[in-house]
Amino acid sequence: MPTKLLLNNEHIPGINTLQVYRNNGGYASVEKALKQMTPEAIVEEVKISGLRGRGGAGFPTGMKWSFLAKPAGVPRYLVCNADESEPGTFKDRYLMEKIPHLLVEGMITSSYALGCNTAYIYIRGEYFYVSRILENAIAEAYAAGYLGSNILGTGYNLNLYVQVGGGAYICGEETALLESLEGKRGNPRIKPPFPAIAGLYGCPTVVNNVETIAAVVPIVNNGGEAYSKIGIGKSTGTKLISASGHINKPGVYEIELGIPVEEFIYSDSYCGGIRNGKQLKAVVAGGSSVPVLPTELILKTAAGQPRLMSYESLSEGGFQTGTMLGSGGFIVMDEDTSIVKNLYTFTRFYHHESCGQCSPCREGTGWMEKIMHKILDGHGTLKDVDLLWDIQSKIEGKTICPLGEAAAWPVAAAIRHFRHEFEAYVMQPSSIKDVKHYYRLNNIEPIPA
Amino acid sequence: MLNNLNIMNNEIKFSAEALAIVKQMISRYPDGKQKSALLPVLHLAQAEFDGWLSVPVMDYVASLLSIKPIEVYEVASFYSMYNLKPVGKCTLEVCRTSSCWLMGAEDIVRHIQNRLGIKDGQTSSDGMFTLKTVECLGSCGTAPMLQCGAKYHENLTLEKVDELLDKLATDNKRTTYLDIV
Ligand SMILES: Cc1cc2nc3c(=O)[nH]c(=O)nc-3n(C[C@H](O)[C@H](O)[C@H](O)COP(=O)(O)O)c2cc1C
Ligand code: SF4
Ligand code: FES
Repeated sequence: MPTKLLLNNEHIPGINTLQVYRNNGGYASVEKALKQMTPEAIVEEVKISGLRGRGGAGFPTGMKWSFLAKPAGVPRYLVCNADESEPGTFKDRYLMEKIPHLLVEGMITSSYALGCNTAYIYIRGEYFYVSRILENAIAEAYAAGYLGSNILGTGYNLNLYVQVGGGAYICGEETALLESLEGKRGNPRIKPPFPAIAGLYGCPTVVNNVETIAAVVPIVNNGGEAYSKIGIGKSTGTKLISASGHINKPGVYEIELGIPVEEFIYSDSYCGGIRNGKQLKAVVAGGSSVPVLPTELILKTAAGQPRLMSYESLSEGGFQTGTMLGSGGFIVMDEDTSIVKNLYTFTRFYHHESCGQCSPCREGTGWMEKIMHKILDGHGTLKDVDLLWDIQSKIEGKTICPLGEAAAWPVAAAIRHFRHEFEAYVMQPSSIKDVKHYYRLNNIEPIPA
Repeated sequence: MLNNLNIMNNEIKFSAEALAIVKQMISRYPDGKQKSALLPVLHLAQAEFDGWLSVPVMDYVASLLSIKPIEVYEVASFYSMYNLKPVGKCTLEVCRTSSCWLMGAEDIVRHIQNRLGIKDGQTSSDGMFTLKTVECLGSCGTAPMLQCGAKYHENLTLEKVDELLDKLATDNKRTTYLDIV
């Protein structure tokens, strides 16, 4: 039986209602936290658990929480990042839609640990219908005395609200999210100051991903120690993976961190192998911004070890031969996929989503999209491929927020691992329309999995 | 839900029901931070006033939240869900990003274009449909997909698209992000 901590009750009918949720052990962490634990003790358990932020960066949550400034008389805020816009990622939507009370419960327990009396869930505008599901769950929680004043008679007060966005990927970046929550354009702020010091309305703020907040529930219930024993090394606990693309069973899977990538792709408990009996060609393992890897590097590291679904194993080899766990947006491509065309959808995405504050990002993303378009149209030259490489290398480290890098990395990785495909597009443009990719073009057998 | 438009004598005003929602939204934020309600209130305005935000509508929102009109224009022009031009009764927002592309989003877009005789961003001549290609909507495991109003239509095939368009045309109702699905 695979270990499940978040989705273990997902199959129970009515689990989206407070009553069924509570009958199955729901809200135990609130009872335990508020009645038996000090806020400091909860932060300590989260530290011990080794939980790392599930939004993409993987920063240790307990450490982030301990950075929160606590000046007297100043409110502190917990803001849940439910913006989920990283292409390939749909796990937060799944969790909120199926088990909304898990997020509400996590928000209450976490707010208590951080000493917040007001908390917000910022959800992407396109998930409007999910915001309704959350609001219903929140209303039930108020009615049952888990929210509002004097929660469970403990004297602790908390108000929890849902805020919808307006459609902008950049609002997933935490400072852009805070700007948006203040009713402004989603322009990321220059850091420092970090949100832990000056966040929402200039007050100390913690921003955490939906899945991170949900994971606090089993950590408080079972203790940080128990959580830390699940997983592998510094990748503790379980992770929700959104699997999409050319696989037999797309969907959201809760995995114990550390299972082999090969098992994840081919086992019937997970993706169930490649569709239509095709071969695997490449995987984007952690959402659109992480480097794409060809079959041989996603299944095994450059050193020949099996690649595992963990922060460390996926990034082993750096960007030369590795990638990142990122948001867990696992996009699988079969042998007929054009890496060039897939990359085009990413460059168009990042150009569309750049907020425009920094020249390298604003201009670079637009330029890369244009060149990709030119190559796809059959008008590219070999120099264009070099130019793409040059542009992407000049964005990293020169922008206010990491969107610039997120736009550069997929370009670099596609050229690094599939340069021959770009060259094929450039040198034999006439055949592009009929032939799906380089292997076919050159009568080369695809690399066996 | 909110269908009682109050654009009489060019007067732009929310229904009493919508005004109550605005008031409740503002109460979620600390005193003086009512601007925080801007994004949700703009969604409400778009649903109330024909699916788009005209300058007078944005000015009205500014007055409701006691902020300057420019603060509303800035925001309305930044986010992709706000329409600054009139749109058809139903906007078909087809995802075109990686996972959807891998699963055939281009065929879906082409099919809609051919059937309605419009290009991306255009509205059909009967004013019923607007086609808009959009970036990943978080439905990649059920690709290809499109959003119409609040509703996600997933695992699309050309047949399913035809059925959907037939149904929407028969219903002949404006879809909004605030619909209950
Ligand atoms: C361009 C960009 C987009 C992001 N999008 C998201 C997102 O959709 N959801 C999310 O939780 N974090 C996103 N992040 C990461 C957040 O900035 C932040 O690190 C995260 O919400 C922190 O929560 P965690 O520590 O629980 O992961 C994004 C970051 C960047 C730079
Ligand atoms: S890197 Fe791009 S998205 Fe981030 S602040 Fe600069 S222009 Fe905006
Ligand atoms: S790529 Fe289309 S919904 Fe994610």
